[in-house]
Amino acid sequence: MQSRLASRFFGYLLRHLQNLLGALGGLWRQPLASLMTVSVIGIALSMPAGLHLMVENGRALSGGWESTLEWSVYLQPGVSESRAEALAEELRRRPGIDQVTVITADQALDEFRAGSGFSEALELLANNPLPNVLVIQPSASDESAGQTTRLADELERLGDVDLVQLDTAWVQRFHAILDTARRAVTLASIVLALGVLLIVGNTIRLDILNRRQEIEVAKLVGASDAFIRRPFLYHGLWYGIGGGILAVALVQLIGFLLKEPVSRVAGLYGSDYRLLSLAPGEAGLLLLAGAVLGWLGSWIAASRHLRDMDPEF
Amino acid sequence: MIRLERVSKRYPGGSEALSELTLTIEKGEMVFLTGHSGAGKSTLLKLLALIERPTRGQVIVNGQNTAKVSRRKIPAYRQRIGMAFQDHKLLLDRTVFDNVALPLVIAGMGRRETARRVRAAIDQVGLLSKEKLLPMTLSTGEQQRVGIARAVVSKPDLLIADEPTGNLDPELSLEIMNLFSRFNEVGVTLLIASHDIELIRHLGRRRISLHEGRLQDDSEAGGEICRAD
Ligand SMILES: Nc1ncnc2c1ncn2[C@@H]1O[C@H](COP(=O)(O)OP(=O)(O)OP(=O)(O)O)[C@@H](O)[C@H]1O
Ligand SMILES: [Mg+2]
Repeated sequence: MQSRLASRFFGYLLRHLQNLLGALGGLWRQPLASLMTVSVIGIALSMPAGLHLMVENGRALSGGWESTLEWSVYLQPGVSESRAEALAEELRRRPGIDQVTVITADQALDEFRAGSGFSEALELLANNPLPNVLVIQPSASDESAGQTTRLADELERLGDVDLVQLDTAWVQRFHAILDTARRAVTLASIVLALGVLLIVGNTIRLDILNRRQEIEVAKLVGASDAFIRRPFLYHGLWYGIGGGILAVALVQLIGFLLKEPVSRVAGLYGSDYRLLSLAPGEAGLLLLAGAVLGWLGSWIAASRHLRDMDPEF
Repeated sequence: MIRLERVSKRYPGGSEALSELTLTIEKGEMVFLTGHSGAGKSTLLKLLALIERPTRGQVIVNGQNTAKVSRRKIPAYRQRIGMAFQDHKLLLDRTVFDNVALPLVIAGMGRRETARRVRAAIDQVGLLSKEKLLPMTLSTGEQQRVGIARAVVSKPDLLIADEPTGNLDPELSLEIMNLFSRFNEVGVTLLIASHDIELIRHLGRRRISLHEGRLQDDSEAGGEICRAD
């Protein structure tokens, strides 16, 4: 009894496998048309994947920048220049700090006077309202964000310090751009996924119309819609998998072609930044997306068109 | 086996193809369906195959009211009825063997049992030596026989045929009809639509004549000749 059940189960599996391979054989028989479909799917899938990679690269890059930012430490008003120098000297000896520059209140006022156009108004001031400032450059090691904020805390807790400011405005701007880009990637993915559904659906639709006679005969001798649909689903699945493979290959190829120029540019900026490529998990996800979209697209098309296809004699 | 009760069929936008048709065909009968072109022969067979539904009346096949067969159940229903057609409806890119095997593949039968039954059916129509050929390489009569082998391979109780000899010369037609007779001898109920009055008379079976969708004449075996219309 049990072995009967098992043999039926294996028979079922075997039939599915035959269908799956049969579908692949069917695609080989019309290589040009199949290749076109696979290419369009591959290109459509590679676009969001490539954009995603671009955003990820941007993020990785900006992560590197955060630790090389400058900190401005504003000392309390009335703290003398010599105290500022002493503090600077003390900070220079700390680990994690590369360079400390003192900008005295007088220097700052001079710069301000030259740069702001308020020079005449400034003449009216009885004394210099600006504090002494220490500009700190953290060492360009691969510090994490956590360490960076810890350094900021430590600086704030030093005596005589009024305010610690990380010059983040443009980094925040960059992050805002990245966020927007990431959202754009999500939207583009949705649109292109719909596109893939349409491409597969249309290909399967044409396939079904071409085989109308065969389908009608099968219906006449008692084939269910599910039975007729199955080979088309496998076609769609193969299209999707093929497109997924092509998309991974395209993205990796582009990454490979950009690797050299990017590291040259990075080198000019004294960075050893390496272009990120698709992680195995991401490549797998792309394949899966192709397979699912291929299956789904053909399912929709086949279900719609097979229902209307009634036999005649 | 087949019971029609006051069956009418009106196609959308057309006149009535069948009107108030009542008839019974018993299990094991071999019946011919005749009538002028447009009399409603094909329409009747389409109702039996659930390709069309009656506008009014009841069609009962094998004790089952066809009105109760839902769309989803049509495939299972058709698997129990053999069908043969004038244009034989073979798949031209499949061999004789694969064509005949189609109903069994659809029914999900195992490989070995399928092969055994397909060979038996092909043997019955005398084409065993040609099982690997494509339909295009066969003569018209041979193609028709392949279609008949496909219709009987799943051992249906009922076989319906729409002008199965329409394209054949008298000799081949007789050959096909003899083939049907042999299936009838082993218990298959047959309903065959045909124009070929000479041949039908020669075979001396029950004949149902339609005229403009109505029952014109229902002669028992050996009955009189149909009037010309
Ligand atoms: N799908 C359809 N739509 C509309 N009218 C139809 C349809 N099929 C058949 N008819 C009409 O129904 C009537 C009966 O047609 P049917 O095909 O049953 O005749 P038939 O007896 O098989 O004729 P023939 O001997 O020429 O095959 C005809 O008047 C035909 O025009
Ligand atoms: Mg007809």
